[in-house]
Amino acid sequence: MFYREAGQFRTSYAQDSQIFPLRQDRLAMIALLAVAFLLIPAVASDYWLRALLIPWLIFSLVAMGQNILTGYAGQLSLGSAGFMAVGAFACYNLMLRVDGMPFLVALVLSGLCAAAVGVAFGLPSLRIRGLYLAVATLAAQFFIVWALDKFGWFKNYDPSGVITAQPMEILGYEFASPQAKYLLVLAIVAGLALLAKNMARGATGRAWMAVRDMDVAAEVMGLPLMRTKLQAFAISSFYCGVGGALFAFAYLGTVEPSAFTIDLSFRILFMIIIGGVGTILGSFLGAGFILLLPILLSVVFHAVVGQAVDASVVSAVELIVFGSLIIIFLIVEPHGLARLWQVTKERLRLWPFPH
Amino acid sequence: MGGFQFFLEVLIGGLLSGVMYSLVALGFVLIYKASGVFNFAQGAMVFFAAVTFVGIMELGLPFWAALLVTIGVMVLLGMATERFVLRPLVNQHEITLLMATIGLTFVIEGVAQLVWGVGVRRLDLGIKDVPLPWLADNTGIFISQLDIFAAAVAGFLVATLALLFAKTDTGRALRAVADDHAAALSIGIPLKRIWALVWAIAGIVALVAGMLWGARSGVQFALVFVALKALPVLIIGGFTSVPGVIVAGLIVGASEKLAEVYIGPSVGGGIESWFPYVLAILFLLIRPEGLFGEKIIRRV
Repeated sequence: MFYREAGQFRTSYAQDSQIFPLRQDRLAMIALLAVAFLLIPAVASDYWLRALLIPWLIFSLVAMGQNILTGYAGQLSLGSAGFMAVGAFACYNLMLRVDGMPFLVALVLSGLCAAAVGVAFGLPSLRIRGLYLAVATLAAQFFIVWALDKFGWFKNYDPSGVITAQPMEILGYEFASPQAKYLLVLAIVAGLALLAKNMARGATGRAWMAVRDMDVAAEVMGLPLMRTKLQAFAISSFYCGVGGALFAFAYLGTVEPSAFTIDLSFRILFMIIIGGVGTILGSFLGAGFILLLPILLSVVFHAVVGQAVDASVVSAVELIVFGSLIIIFLIVEPHGLARLWQVTKERLRLWPFPH
Repeated sequence: MGGFQFFLEVLIGGLLSGVMYSLVALGFVLIYKASGVFNFAQGAMVFFAAVTFVGIMELGLPFWAALLVTIGVMVLLGMATERFVLRPLVNQHEITLLMATIGLTFVIEGVAQLVWGVGVRRLDLGIKDVPLPWLADNTGIFISQLDIFAAAVAGFLVATLALLFAKTDTGRALRAVADDHAAALSIGIPLKRIWALVWAIAGIVALVAGMLWGARSGVQFALVFVALKALPVLIIGGFTSVPGVIVAGLIVGASEKLAEVYIGPSVGGGIESWFPYVLAILFLLIRPEGLFGEKIIRRV
């Protein structure tokens, strides 16, 4: 009754192939963007921006990268934190060693560096699949973090091991306040999300999905398997690299290899599992879920039990809830939160009728 | 002569630590062989078994009683996992099952932390981690007694399990189930009982591995990451081969230690963290099913 599409006619191919063919969806998206760009920086507190919204956007970006590789192209990867590290360190080194390097250019170049590394470690995917590929990407994860740690050149021979990231500057304006950082990250993430959505909807995405479903059949059909797989690795690593650079520059403020552990790789994988494998919306929902869960748990804990609770107990309960939720999601809704949203929209189309 | 002695020492030390990896990998192979599930939670189960054993001993029970109780706990854990995590996901994609076991890892870690708390614990098996005296005196090679005991235990376990799978009816049933659940069901193999049995055995193997690792490096949370080291062992040996696990463990252990000692210094050390994985990738490119694994046949 409320979500009707009756009366909306599409009279050209361009109209038919929009991302949001329904007027309600378009209006909702415009409203969402208006809220994100105009309302939130005006009313949100610094804590909200710095601790919740900026990391959510950054992790959504990385989760999109992971989704492209694991969700659309079906190549299970456990190395996303490693590619994030490559992006972060590349951005730092580019800004450090090239005089007058604009931040956006450094960001793009660091994404390309991460893409190159991604292609290198994605080469085994041409021979191995599934679980074995996951182990190969684990190798990438461990090797990258070891290399960035061992070779002091990456850290500019800094003895402390923790490097402060340079300030982000575009055309002379320095993005220092939380609002400025938030808007920069939002703009970058929104642009890249649009790009990812269009890639996924187009021939590229269809090629990835064909490879995911049955790669031998795809090859028989004429899809260039090597190019498709390596492209997936490259684009995914690009997203992870840009996400990693933003993670270091806009969120942490420091650049260190120990921030990009295997634990982070697993968290990113969980983001896409819970959010919805193979969807762009799922990246956002999953990232939000995984980020909010620890905060929610500690709030609930404090409300229920009070302050006499050991930190290790809280973290233990967090682990248990986390793991159980993953298992429950996989059993009940393997396609994640994005599917739940889709089902809701379907129901809304028909409400109050059952069918 | 000193250089060669040192090489032998590193080599044998590596071989023995490789045997320890094999023990952990054995649990993986058992479950994969019988149910086609890659149980990522094996590392957490190793840790949980070790910490439960030590915790129960600390509560006052003697060694053998604690051992029996822990065996019971591990069997229950295995059966609960099979019932609540794997049976609802029975015909899903292998990646889904893998991710479910990753979730299980977190749950087991959380429960271990909740019940037994954090902190390192000593596990005393009565065998000291000191070099064998007569070997050291006669040849100048220092090899730990504990490592040799662990190797003997692992060898015994592997022999028993290999015999179980190859010669007994139960082993045949296990292999049939791993091959094709539906077909096994249709000829009357009691699937649920078989799975419960497999998970129980894997739990006991995890306990043995946990006790040996715990005796060697103390029962601490880092034990969970030993499972990550077992992955290259599985890849090189093949996911479905029990003897392969030992051979691969030896290869991984020896090459890791030798690389660390001889190649490590020229690149700054710390190679141990990624060398086994790179080795595994190289093996994968040449022989995707591992040295002893079954050939992977994909039907399109």
